[in-house]
Amino acid sequence: MLPKKVKKRASLLAVFLSASVFGVFLILNALNKNILYFNSPTDIKVSQDINFDKKIRVGGMVKKNTLNIKDQEIIFIITDFKNEIKVSFKGTIPNLFAEGKGVVAEGKLQDKKFFIADRILAKHDENYMPPELKNIMKNNAK
Amino acid sequence: MNFFHNSNIFIWVEKLIAFINSIFFAVLLAALSFALIFSPPDYLQGDSVRIMYVHVPAAWISLASFTCIALLSILNFIFKIKNFTLVAKSIAPIGFVFTCIAIVTGSIWGQPTWGTFWAWDARITSMVLLGIFYFVFIATYKLISKEETANKVASIVAILGLINIPIIKYSVEWWSTLHQPASIKIAGSSTIHSSMLMPLLLMFFTLLLYCALIFLMKYKTEIIRIKKKNLYRKI
Repeated sequence: MLPKKVKKRASLLAVFLSASVFGVFLILNALNKNILYFNSPTDIKVSQDINFDKKIRVGGMVKKNTLNIKDQEIIFIITDFKNEIKVSFKGTIPNLFAEGKGVVAEGKLQDKKFFIADRILAKHDENYMPPELKNIMKNNAK
Repeated sequence: MNFFHNSNIFIWVEKLIAFINSIFFAVLLAALSFALIFSPPDYLQGDSVRIMYVHVPAAWISLASFTCIALLSILNFIFKIKNFTLVAKSIAPIGFVFTCIAIVTGSIWGQPTWGTFWAWDARITSMVLLGIFYFVFIATYKLISKEETANKVASIVAILGLINIPIIKYSVEWWSTLHQPASIKIAGSSTIHSSMLMPLLLMFFTLLLYCALIFLMKYKTEIIRIKKKNLYRKI
């Protein structure tokens, strides 16, 4: 049997901790939209109050066979496999930027379907493998 | 036998330090040669994947150390075991260093892969918050000279900081972040190839040894400090 003092301290701590966890949960819940680093094309489609003058980030996959480079301008489509958004960008792109890979574009919306980016970030996925294995997988897929 | 008496612990700490010192450089050499030479480059990132062998273990250790500090603070608060505050205090500096290493290596990796050094996404922001918690925890002992008060304040900091740990872990799943989700899952299959997982675990073991070494040295100093204080009190 534990001494009374120990029990009292344990319950005090339990109350303190659960209250703090609840408080943090409320704060994070209220901040939810601001914590998101980027919006998906679906988020933008369903959103009612879009500020076209404010910089936002749009993220998703670069749709395959949509990457088009002419002169200085890079045009591609970001998709989340439900909705799409067309992006235009002038500038340098990171090494990992490619079709079928994750991307985050920073810039301004022109309308709900067209986005002018002034910065492109590549989003890396959680897959790590040696190049030989990737080639084997490619051949198997054929 | 009173194993937890400071004098007995002191002997064991010295033996452990000597043991880790004797094997550390061999282990480090083996781990580094696997991580930097024998492991393959990544199919997409190329050689910059090697940063991961320091970044991931450092992040794991920083989270684990803080969890230990918080749990020790909780146990000390409930059961009043004095030794636990000494242990918690001794873990903090190395935990803080590994938090900084995780953030800096992540930033160096981010430039070639993401295209930016820094992004205020949920994972990175919560990691910075962890660093701040470590810093406040350590600073408490420097700023408050009365030991008992310092212990109390530091415990509160550690227990509040514990809430941040699951937030860091799950930030990549709860919110959209630039940081990728975890490749190694506790349940289910990992998305990292075994030829890269092996050096990663080896590096984790090596850095864990280093963490233990620094912790033990700090712990030894703390015991000496307490003994010296008691000695003066007797005189």
